[in-house]
Amino acid sequence: MSTTAGSAPVETGPFAFTADNMRLAQAIIAKYPSGRQASAVMPLLDLAQRQHANWLPRAAMDYVAELLDMPAIRVYEVATFYTMYNTKPVGRHHVQICTNLPCWLRGSEQIVSACEKATGTVLGETSKDGMFTLSHAECLGACVNAPMMQINDDYYEDLDETSAASIVSELKLGHTPKTGSQIGRKTCEPAGGLTSLTEPTKGRGA
Amino acid sequence: MPKITIDDIELDVEPGLTVLQACELAGKEIPRFCYHERLSVAGNCRMCLVEMEKAPKPIASCAMPVGEGMKIKTDSEMVKKARHGVMEFLLINHPLDCPICDQGGECDLQDQAMGYGFDRSRYLETKRAVDDKNLGPLVKTIMTRCIHCTRCVRFATEVAGVPELGATGRGETMEIGTYVEKALSSELSGNIIDLCPVGALTSKPYAFVARPWELKKTESIDVTDALGSNIRVDARGSEILRVLPRVNEDVNEEWISDKARFSYDGLLRQRLDKPYVRHDGKLRPASWDEAFAAITAKLKGLEGKKLAAIAGDLADCESMFALKSLMTSLGSQNLDCRQDGSAVGEGARSGYLFNSTVAGIEQADAILLVGTNPRLEAAVLNARIRKRFLTGKVKIAIVGPEADLTYKHQNLGSNPAILSQIAAGSHAFAETLKQAQKPMLIIGTGALTRADGAAILASARAVAETCGLIKDGWNGFNVLHRAASRVGGLDLGFLPGAGGRGTDSILEGTSSGAIEVVYLLGADEIDMKRLGKAFVIYQGHHGDAGAARADVILPGAAYTEKDGTYVNTEGRVQRAQRATFPLGDAREDWTILRALSERLGRKLPFDNLDALQVKMTKACPTLSGVDAIAPAAWGAFGKAGDLANQDFTYPIANFYMTDAIGRASVTMAKCVAEILGQGVPRTGTHG
Repeated sequence: MSTTAGSAPVETGPFAFTADNMRLAQAIIAKYPSGRQASAVMPLLDLAQRQHANWLPRAAMDYVAELLDMPAIRVYEVATFYTMYNTKPVGRHHVQICTNLPCWLRGSEQIVSACEKATGTVLGETSKDGMFTLSHAECLGACVNAPMMQINDDYYEDLDETSAASIVSELKLGHTPKTGSQIGRKTCEPAGGLTSLTEPTKGRGA
Repeated sequence: MPKITIDDIELDVEPGLTVLQACELAGKEIPRFCYHERLSVAGNCRMCLVEMEKAPKPIASCAMPVGEGMKIKTDSEMVKKARHGVMEFLLINHPLDCPICDQGGECDLQDQAMGYGFDRSRYLETKRAVDDKNLGPLVKTIMTRCIHCTRCVRFATEVAGVPELGATGRGETMEIGTYVEKALSSELSGNIIDLCPVGALTSKPYAFVARPWELKKTESIDVTDALGSNIRVDARGSEILRVLPRVNEDVNEEWISDKARFSYDGLLRQRLDKPYVRHDGKLRPASWDEAFAAITAKLKGLEGKKLAAIAGDLADCESMFALKSLMTSLGSQNLDCRQDGSAVGEGARSGYLFNSTVAGIEQADAILLVGTNPRLEAAVLNARIRKRFLTGKVKIAIVGPEADLTYKHQNLGSNPAILSQIAAGSHAFAETLKQAQKPMLIIGTGALTRADGAAILASARAVAETCGLIKDGWNGFNVLHRAASRVGGLDLGFLPGAGGRGTDSILEGTSSGAIEVVYLLGADEIDMKRLGKAFVIYQGHHGDAGAARADVILPGAAYTEKDGTYVNTEGRVQRAQRATFPLGDAREDWTILRALSERLGRKLPFDNLDALQVKMTKACPTLSGVDAIAPAAWGAFGKAGDLANQDFTYPIANFYMTDAIGRASVTMAKCVAEILGQGVPRTGTHG
């Protein structure tokens, strides 16, 4: 039998927003009618996660619950439901590799093994130096540029083993790798150059 | 009214009903797991799928409102196939461990799998397993069995008002639990055991004890508070194995408090199973004959005014009536059923009843709670207030210390002077009460047991009269009692007669020596030290404070061991039936008094329970209508006087141990330790 992953939250010391984040939080809360401030739970959790090394300890969830005057369990439900909230500590770079069907057809397994080799850890774990956490992600909506992965806020698309490994090694060196397509195409244009709409635009706005 | 056709049955239904409810009206059974009449609609189990004409696929009948001209089929091929499919999915991750599951035999999943399922599994992959959660000493969890219907989550959030349960994670990793490990802090948590349609949440004290078909089921009335919740007592042989709620829309709907449900193990502990007589300062077992002889010797030639009787919180009407008859024939007027000394009972009957009725709470649009914390004093009644609160149509204020009542309320302060201000109209809340169509005032024993209780009762009456709580067809004055015996005792007039003494005065008399013999009918909550040198006869079922002080102990029957009448705080007369026989030499209480009366030469005029009940209802006509409330006219009660400048306090600090049964219960002791976080007093045998 398979066992569900341990679901207990991680306990840390107390959590509170910094003055800057508190101002942001108040601005977010103000977007919703009074009495409906619980609607701000998702942006506030995101804010808390960004303030706290990209993951949410129990104290942060409780803090958000108190700030929004909602039961703590409702916050836990939201935080555990969405994969973009991390309820366990993660490395400085959270490498999420899409392993859904389109990416898998285009070789995501190789990307996973290349990243495992480059980071020195395995899928689902954090490297010893705390730099990388590898995890698999469900479809991130960039299938047209499959295979792809997301590292923190950035997408890296059209990967192969070499480009994936080089992105990791650049991050290791503290550089900022080029985001988006790694084979030079613009967003999601056809990989072999345009096949339609090649003539100059006619009419208004030309 | 929409016309709807269900399997060729045409019927007009009320708008706003769901298709599932309409199908039930048509007499069609719709299987369901997540749907529950008293909870919000979730629509996530999909078991209630039915076919609707012109719809491309089956619809979830629990979530679909009825519409004009709908044509529903509940037994078509499509519906059968849909139910098959849903059941197959539900069973994918269900362990099918029915032989070791406590829900076996009364399990919705088991029954519906038989009725609507497929007879074999096509699933070959491994099943998922889920870690069990610790929800405290009452609810046992086997989370692998959970089918995620979320009934428990909705109950905790909506009815109990303690949002601590939730569904964390998603997809295959979804789990029901508290996420942070803690015991549920609700007084109603046991109800999630009944709600759970599978064996994921079961009773911890009842784990692996019995199968439902082995149990003898007896309808009874709960005595752990004054609400008189309707219960079913399940026993095997002489042992009570569990207590479940019965549905009574007017009283407890289908909920009971944890104290009502789980304190039954106290019924087999610290019981008095034989008579005792004190010789040379030590209680020694005796025969009934010796015990009666000791009493007869003491009472011989004793003046009536030197004799007194106090009835306790769990006494049934029959035994109180018998005791009152005996005391009267012995010439004593020193009777009291109010061992807490609350200042009710003098004056009109409406002065000590919950006149609006419990169901009436659902019409109230303003509620003023005075010196009462209903969450601890009558947890199920508190859920009714919360139910009304959730409609948003009621304003609630309390006069008393701040407490978490599970609903929003305004705290007006704790000083009794606020009552006079409201009565005088100088307080803002007076206006709220006056403008309300059906305003209520609920006064609790915390306000009435004070020295100035009668004056507080009078000012509460003034509030009722000046703020329009009493009108045609509505009486908004309510007393919330805590003891199951109280209203019955007051109805029977188990009160000091002409020149007689009340509880406090009796205790003064015993201290000073003016009263020489005290008869305690299960009275444990008085200050035993004040009994002084008096000769104490204790008739009761538990070796609690009263028995420890007694000179003669007459072992009686607990509420599950006798047929008895109880009157709840509304004045509703209810009959409890005997589930098991009294232990050892113990006897039903009225028979003890009947036997004693014969020895004293004052034979009571009844030889069986029927004759007693006929006599009792003749003497007290309000007790004649079983399951009914005798109307109580408004009248004078209370005694005007000065209110002490002293804040109200609540009488219950420890919800789980308010009577002798609860104090003897191991389960309740665990609740005190784990939920209230109070250490259990250690005995000398602890290292």
